[in-house]
Amino acid sequence: MQLTVWTYEGPPHIGAMRIAASMRGVHCVLHAPQGDTYADLLFTMIERSERRPPVTYTTFKARDLGTDTAELLKTCVQGVHERFRPDLLLVGEACTAELLQDQAGTLAKSMGLPIPVVPLELSAYSRQENWGASETFYQVVRRLLHSQVPPPGSAPRARAGGHRPTANLLGPTALGFRCRDDVTEVTRLLNAIGVDVNLVAPLGASPADIARIPEADFNCCLYPEVALSVCSWLERMFKQPTVKTIPIGVGATRDFLREVGALTGINVTAARAAQASRLPWYSRSVDSTYLTGKRVYIFADATHAIAAARICAEELGFQVVGLGTYGRELARDVRAAAERYGIEALITDDYLEVEAQVAELHPELVLGTQMERHIAKRLGIPCAVIGAPFHVQDCPARYAPQMGFEGTNVIFDTWVHPLMMGLEEHLLTMFRGDFEFHDEAAPSHLPTSATAKAQPVQTEIAQQQTPQASAPSVSPAPGDPLAWALDAERELKKIPFFVRGKARRNTELFAAERGIQLITVETLYDAKAHFGR
Amino acid sequence: MSGSGAAAGTNLDQGFPGTAPVVLRERGQCEVFCGLSSIVWLHRKMHDAFFLVVGSRTCAHLLQSAAGVMIFAEPRFATAILQERDLAGMADCMEELDGVVTRLLARRGDIRTLFLVGSCPSEVIKLDLHKAAERLTRAQANVAGHQVKVLAFSGSGLETTFTQGEDQCVAALVPELPRAPAGERNLLVVGTLADVVQDQFGRLFDALDIGPVQFLPGTDTRAFPPLGDGTSVLFAQPFFNETAGLLAARGARLLSAPFPFGVEGTLGWLAAAARAWGVSDARFDAVTAAPAARAQRALIRYTEVLAGRRITFLPDSQLEIPLARFLARECGMELVEVGTPYLDRRAMQPELDLLPAGVRLVEGQDVDRQLERIAADRPDLTVCGLGLANPLEALGLRTKWSIELVFTPIHGFEQAADLAELFARPLIRSARLKV
Repeated sequence: MQLTVWTYEGPPHIGAMRIAASMRGVHCVLHAPQGDTYADLLFTMIERSERRPPVTYTTFKARDLGTDTAELLKTCVQGVHERFRPDLLLVGEACTAELLQDQAGTLAKSMGLPIPVVPLELSAYSRQENWGASETFYQVVRRLLHSQVPPPGSAPRARAGGHRPTANLLGPTALGFRCRDDVTEVTRLLNAIGVDVNLVAPLGASPADIARIPEADFNCCLYPEVALSVCSWLERMFKQPTVKTIPIGVGATRDFLREVGALTGINVTAARAAQASRLPWYSRSVDSTYLTGKRVYIFADATHAIAAARICAEELGFQVVGLGTYGRELARDVRAAAERYGIEALITDDYLEVEAQVAELHPELVLGTQMERHIAKRLGIPCAVIGAPFHVQDCPARYAPQMGFEGTNVIFDTWVHPLMMGLEEHLLTMFRGDFEFHDEAAPSHLPTSATAKAQPVQTEIAQQQTPQASAPSVSPAPGDPLAWALDAERELKKIPFFVRGKARRNTELFAAERGIQLITVETLYDAKAHFGR
Repeated sequence: MSGSGAAAGTNLDQGFPGTAPVVLRERGQCEVFCGLSSIVWLHRKMHDAFFLVVGSRTCAHLLQSAAGVMIFAEPRFATAILQERDLAGMADCMEELDGVVTRLLARRGDIRTLFLVGSCPSEVIKLDLHKAAERLTRAQANVAGHQVKVLAFSGSGLETTFTQGEDQCVAALVPELPRAPAGERNLLVVGTLADVVQDQFGRLFDALDIGPVQFLPGTDTRAFPPLGDGTSVLFAQPFFNETAGLLAARGARLLSAPFPFGVEGTLGWLAAAARAWGVSDARFDAVTAAPAARAQRALIRYTEVLAGRRITFLPDSQLEIPLARFLARECGMELVEVGTPYLDRRAMQPELDLLPAGVRLVEGQDVDRQLERIAADRPDLTVCGLGLANPLEALGLRTKWSIELVFTPIHGFEQAADLAELFARPLIRSARLKV
């Protein structure tokens, strides 16, 4: 048993629903009890979807368990076929139905419906949502393409000459972070260098579209969480190459163009150098010097976390102090990325562990999911959302991609916005006792509702795990009698609150290393001189 | 009045010609939350209680999705997620649960009552949480200075629909209520009420000389009201089937009344208690006339918007029938269809008696057929769950989320206009928008 307060991912059948809800002409039957229909609201409320997800639940109850839940499933499948007339039917089980062992998928397949029926084995007790999405997408693609697979040893399919190269954009889904706008942006990016998009899948694709996947020259694996297994299969079966660079950030977008250029023989030099992104200049402009070395903590899905780390380090001049993901499937990639920044990745789906690490590291900015927004709000740290799970406010009406050059503009604005503006920060340092600029004052461009300072509304759980976070003036670890003299404590309070935590920790570390037991004003400034800003 | 429910139910099944609504029964996909969602408001009401769901990742995901708006609040609920090794018998579920509970309680010294909440998977694998609760209560008693009561109830979708989770939770509290001395009278009001509403009712009962009055559940789960044959029970919510049976079995008298929504419902509800306490009509009128008149004045602003408009209720919170009665009789709305997840005749008879003749009442659900009827009926307003609201709006239909009805103070005289406003707002908004 695993104690869970909040969960990053839903169960695997939510992943299957995301594939069904992304596509056209697909319906999903879930063998599930009453109550599991809550999942519809994820689509209709968070993404404001205008249609119900194309999902029908058997909604069995206790009284059905005594009779025949398998028969209920068959009636349901037949009814769905007659009512919705889908071109393809997905049939899977949610957690409770898995225990009944009705073999829902196999049963539905044996019904002889005149459409492809794809049974799903979703492993509710060991897997999670992204795996469920990836597995479902893979099963759909395999089912629709297996008859087209060329015999082993065949040469890659010959393309007719004289056409512009074409690409499939694979991975965008319903409830994926900014997928709608990323598709538009990447399509523009490719069109500009002379590559056409053959199709996008699963978002907006019909089963007939899926059957056209092999017609493209290559695949862009935009969200590996969902599309990596499909892309690998297409590489093996159809010799269709995959562009693996994910174009989030200026450097990554340029790398993406280079990779596409190398694959298609198109000269992308001009496109790579185009002034399509304002990020490089905004980052070099003098106002941005205050961003230098800002300590940033990153935790999200692997795709967005890895991209964010590179942008922070190379394009905004931040210091990446923490990097992690809840997605175990791509943990290795995140570990490798973290190594590049000299830190160790945190791979966990335990929200409390993330909270403890954020509290311990005292970052000045958190980039994460809805959960990290929650954590950052409690700890009074500015935060921007960079990946799923996200809330309705992160599904904006305006065009707000993460990918491509426009994505870099969006990212610059969104990540810098929560921070104190440069001059304001300096004024705070200068006039720390100012009656208007004080600990509780938030950045002046943010609404007053955000001014609530570091609210100690931490749960007991959080406090237990992070004694440092809310430690009072004295931090006496057992056997380590470290105390602050009154005047040193007073001096510490004159340091702006957003660096005060760091100053306290640095000073205590400095004192501990030197065996100093009472921290004085002198110790404080000795430590400051030792560590620098 | 107690014990008349069964007889009335039988009568209704045989039919009251001309007055009894025809009940259609439907079976198909149910689009409702399970009882676990009750935890969202129960944990805010009971300040020293923690709710530990023993279930799957789906349960945890449901709770955080249903509680989405409250994500910044301090959670006093969590899920012990069953994993493959628990199911494969590689781990002893009871030992695992003990471990989780011990860790949890060690961290949360403020918790006085811990609810183990059963789920669909825990029921299917027949995990006996009642037995676990007894054992854990004994084990906790051994921990010096930290007396925690562990109780169990089911919020599983196999057994419970949405608000029935609260019924199961309160039913789990009933055995904890101390026995009142024989003949000692008290009034027990059952059902989560907003604190402000509880105080309003408290003042009215005081003025009527009815008392002592206790509310269940309360904010302090260790201060249990006494229960005995002198206890009269008023239900503030219509979903207490299980609790009602347990209270009656302990000798309490269940007062039959409409539910306190709107002026008429509140008057009828207070009158049931007044009759039981022998309050004179003159006294009753003197106490209730002013607040009732004030509520009626406040209602006018919204009845102007609502009168003549057509409304459909999808089955969801179990509040459909009382609210339909309020909207039809006090706000002049026309009832197109009233759905209810299940029809509890004992609780609903006073409400059914007040419904307009010939109303289309549907028990159970086949959501697809229901949506087809809505598309054909095109009511001015549809009350439905969150999953269906935007798709209906996209068809040009106005909706009211039903979950707001369990999160908002809507009981009593002072909230009658607020209740009407919840239904008027989508219509007022629709009239404003020119896009």
